[in-house]
Amino acid sequence: MIEQLFPNVEWAALWTASLETVYMSLAAVIMTFILGIILGLLLYLTDKGNFWENKTLHALTAAVVNIFRSIPFIILLILLIPFTNAMLGTFLGPSAALPALVAGAAPFYARLVEIGFREVDKGVIEAAQSMGAGQGRIIMRVLLPESMPALVSGITVTGITLVSFTAMAGAIGAGGLGDLAYREGFQRTQPDVTFASTIAVLIIVFVFQMIGDQLTSKLDKR
Amino acid sequence: MITMHQLSKIFRTPDQDIAAVDTLDLSINEGEIFGIIGYSGAGKSTLVRLLNMLEQPTAGQVTVGDKNMSELKGRELRKARQEISMIFQHFNLLWSRTVKDNIAFPLEIAGMSKQEKDSRVNELIDLVGLTGRGDAYPSQLSGGQKQRVGIARALANNPKVLLCDEATSALDPKTTDAILELLTDINKKLGLTIVLITHEMHVIRKICHRVAVMEEGRIVEQGNVLEVFRYPQEDMTKEFVKQITEPEETMDAVYELIDDENGPVVKLRFVGEDAEQPVMTELVRHCGVGVNILQGKLSKTQHGSYGTLFVQLQGDDEHLKEALRFLEEHRVKAEVLQHD
Repeated sequence: MIEQLFPNVEWAALWTASLETVYMSLAAVIMTFILGIILGLLLYLTDKGNFWENKTLHALTAAVVNIFRSIPFIILLILLIPFTNAMLGTFLGPSAALPALVAGAAPFYARLVEIGFREVDKGVIEAAQSMGAGQGRIIMRVLLPESMPALVSGITVTGITLVSFTAMAGAIGAGGLGDLAYREGFQRTQPDVTFASTIAVLIIVFVFQMIGDQLTSKLDKR
Repeated sequence: MITMHQLSKIFRTPDQDIAAVDTLDLSINEGEIFGIIGYSGAGKSTLVRLLNMLEQPTAGQVTVGDKNMSELKGRELRKARQEISMIFQHFNLLWSRTVKDNIAFPLEIAGMSKQEKDSRVNELIDLVGLTGRGDAYPSQLSGGQKQRVGIARALANNPKVLLCDEATSALDPKTTDAILELLTDINKKLGLTIVLITHEMHVIRKICHRVAVMEEGRIVEQGNVLEVFRYPQEDMTKEFVKQITEPEETMDAVYELIDDENGPVVKLRFVGEDAEQPVMTELVRHCGVGVNILQGKLSKTQHGSYGTLFVQLQGDDEHLKEALRFLEEHRVKAEVLQHD
């Protein structure tokens, strides 16, 4: 039955491609999470009325974030080829896709992080200050834990975008399900391969969303 | 304990400069409960934040204990803040932490070891009456319970001063009373100086020893609570005193009777022990007037009782004069009401 529906699918290749996609997505999610939080913190803290209030630095960070967010991902991929080449010695393969993936997703996530921080009650920060907490402690022990559900649901949304980014990265030789669907499915006119790849991507996305949702609701004690 | 000298805080906006606190002088004694009352916008929230430097003064000085707060910076200031705790109108608890962990937070800041921390937290939970609720999250608590957590958290590092920023304004009357009782208890048990700001005279009446009335960044009147109730000088103060003694809805009815033919409406004020004497019985017996009681209220402050009574006196002119004289002799302040 399955053999008849997907006559051209090589299951081992599909499995390898799936693992590559999962690897690219996961690695990119972790890096995006870290870089996004740093950028988001910078955006939040340099904003008016916060600890490091600084118009120039805020405008600069915001500009970088907005520029990277505005470049279509497929163009960003091509633009970053020289950089990736210099850094990793190649622009092919799953790992070579990571710089572009993070550069594309982190600015977007940084904005979500900033929104999450802004939703932390200013009164709670004031209370921590009144207890004699310093800035570092307020960031680590108040700002981050209090906004954690927003940070996690934000990274879930970003993660799903990252899965679709990996498919585009596949088009320039990163491997993974996008690559499989494009080369084996589209270029060799084997629609069943494209279809099987799509299903695999969907499964990855669903699992991602499920884990994210569960984590968010577990963290949210409000 | 606390002195403010020529203290000012000016907020600069593009349109104008707003003096939230305006060259203000005030001193608060060790171990007393000091109330600052004013309408919103009077500058009392800013004033209380100047005491722990959450707001930096534009001019003037604040001394708490032996520390000149306005000169402290960085680590020293953070250290000093551990001795000046604060509770808030909206509690400001960390919702991501349990009751225990919320109370432990200031102890973490003070660098206490885990073992000491645990026993101190349990002690505090018992002190504020939350035994058994330690593992609950703030969202599972009622408003009153949340404020108890706030109080426990504020007391954790054995502060010398407790600042209360409208601490009962978000609570219902019954819970307010319970929280006020807890604060009085703590004041007695720990000898803590409490500074509280509020817009409710009821709160002042119930627990404060002294009160200051604030308007447009200045203190317009201050003194012993009973004295201020007895002889309010400023219009602002009179308005606040009326919150307690003359509830608006009953006053409408009283004023209607002023035109009544049967006799004058008199407002009587009793203070201190006199409020507990049977003056009315004596009045009827000695002066031969009829007394029609319209409305009355007896309030207890930390320094004694304070009461108002609205009565209609019935009798001929001779007897009425006699009655008013009698009241004066018995230290009851009588005022015949007329239309404004």
